[in-house]
Amino acid sequence: MFQVQKIQRDFPILHEPLNGKRLVYLDNASTTQKPQTVIDALVNYYSTMNANIHRGVHTLSERATDAYENTRTKIAQFIHADESAEIIFTRGTTEAINLVASSWGEMNVHEGDVIVVTALEHHSNLVPWQQLVKRKNAELRIIPITDDGFLDLTDFDKIMEGSVKLVAVTAMSNVLSVQTPLKIITQKAHEVGAKVLVDAAQGVAHLGLNVKDLDIDFAAFSAHKMYGPTGVGILWARKEILEAMPPYQFGGDMVKEVFPFEAHWNDLPWKFEAGTPNIAGVVAFDAAIEYLKQLSFADIQEHDQKLYTYTRMKLRDFPKLKLFGPEDAAKAGGAVSFVIDGVHPHDIGAILNDSCVAIRAGHHCAHPLMQRFNVPATARISFAIYNDEADIDVAMEALQNVYKIFKIS
Amino acid sequence: MDLYAENILDHYRSPHNKGKLENATVSFADTNPLCGDKIEMSLRITNGLIEDVGFEGVGCAISQASASMLTDEINGKTVDDANAITNEKVYEMLGVPLTTNRVKCALLSLVTLKKALALTKL
Repeated sequence: MFQVQKIQRDFPILHEPLNGKRLVYLDNASTTQKPQTVIDALVNYYSTMNANIHRGVHTLSERATDAYENTRTKIAQFIHADESAEIIFTRGTTEAINLVASSWGEMNVHEGDVIVVTALEHHSNLVPWQQLVKRKNAELRIIPITDDGFLDLTDFDKIMEGSVKLVAVTAMSNVLSVQTPLKIITQKAHEVGAKVLVDAAQGVAHLGLNVKDLDIDFAAFSAHKMYGPTGVGILWARKEILEAMPPYQFGGDMVKEVFPFEAHWNDLPWKFEAGTPNIAGVVAFDAAIEYLKQLSFADIQEHDQKLYTYTRMKLRDFPKLKLFGPEDAAKAGGAVSFVIDGVHPHDIGAILNDSCVAIRAGHHCAHPLMQRFNVPATARISFAIYNDEADIDVAMEALQNVYKIFKIS
Repeated sequence: MDLYAENILDHYRSPHNKGKLENATVSFADTNPLCGDKIEMSLRITNGLIEDVGFEGVGCAISQASASMLTDEINGKTVDDANAITNEKVYEMLGVPLTTNRVKCALLSLVTLKKALALTKL
């Protein structure tokens, strides 16, 4: 098991007093903080190798290209992909999913076909599919959830009837941190000839990602939720699928040869990377992967589960407070959502902020999930590897102020 | 905390003009996507005069208190008077310091009111 105090030392923002207080950062499902090595890598990139990639023959361009492509290789190994050509850099998970919806979806989804999603999805893994089925006159089906937030697979066989082309499912809910049974879903999807896309944005920093073991077809995630820079996302897909897909955006770097009236596409993965990408972000992402590689996901899950159980235990002592998500920490992990009767979550967040405790209050880009639980929003405490029980204790003390100010008992 | 002054909490707990007018001549609903605050303004307007106003909504104390105060302010006034209400006037009514994100909460009711009033011109 890793030492949380040792990890805390690696994240400079945690030692920077904020409004004169110690920062307690519990909004990690939105974005994680960055270790010094990632920050240094960004500075180092701009200080020693800034140049455009895949273009110049000069030394800096070679350096930048090597560093950029090195991250691609590292990611391929990290998620157990067959080869680095299957790793496409995007701006984030959202763009990665839009790429699939636009390119693969345009080619493979037709009138009467079915796309299946779940009631847990973040807007980024719902709205692109809503739009695709509208364009194609296809059908969107939604796997419901139980009151605890688990996928309810009772009618799954029925949902998978007909011409299902894709199941798009999150690996871990960003609101409830519920894990999904990806292997069961994938097995069924493949039986009926459907592809599986996993939104791993929330899951990857908590569970890791093994695309081989899961046997999925597409995966999307973002660097910034796994201790890397913002503005870098990854789309992984099987090579044969990517090869058959048309480009998503057109312009420089994605072409091999251009004539006045036509163009030939570049090879994978560059066919999908038009324009100058976030080179610095990709290069520094390597440091985040190196950081995660020092830890084991078994340890991270143990750490998450400990904090999950501890937080729920503490929250249960508060009156008029409702917890969402499962009791069993082994089936969840990184986040606890709750509401207090009579106080809007936004006010909870604002009052906690007075004690320098950062949590998320809102709908978490999951409107349909909020509707499912009949709340406008929730307050969410979400953990990372640098959080400990002391952080939760500070948050709980700050939560007392909510009850004082709103005179709730 | 300054933000949760007693007058704000009073309006939040016991909002004025809460509820949708049954005989409204115009109504409009808007949301704040940041936090899911929602306000619906309904007004009965006769010859340019706001005879009655009501609001429905869910949201934080700031958004709901500002709607309560704003409806008090415009009740019985002319449409022109209501249209002339500035953001600063709302800040003044609330009387608490607002950060960038909370400004959106505070102004949701005014934005919704003005959109409702714009519909009366159509």
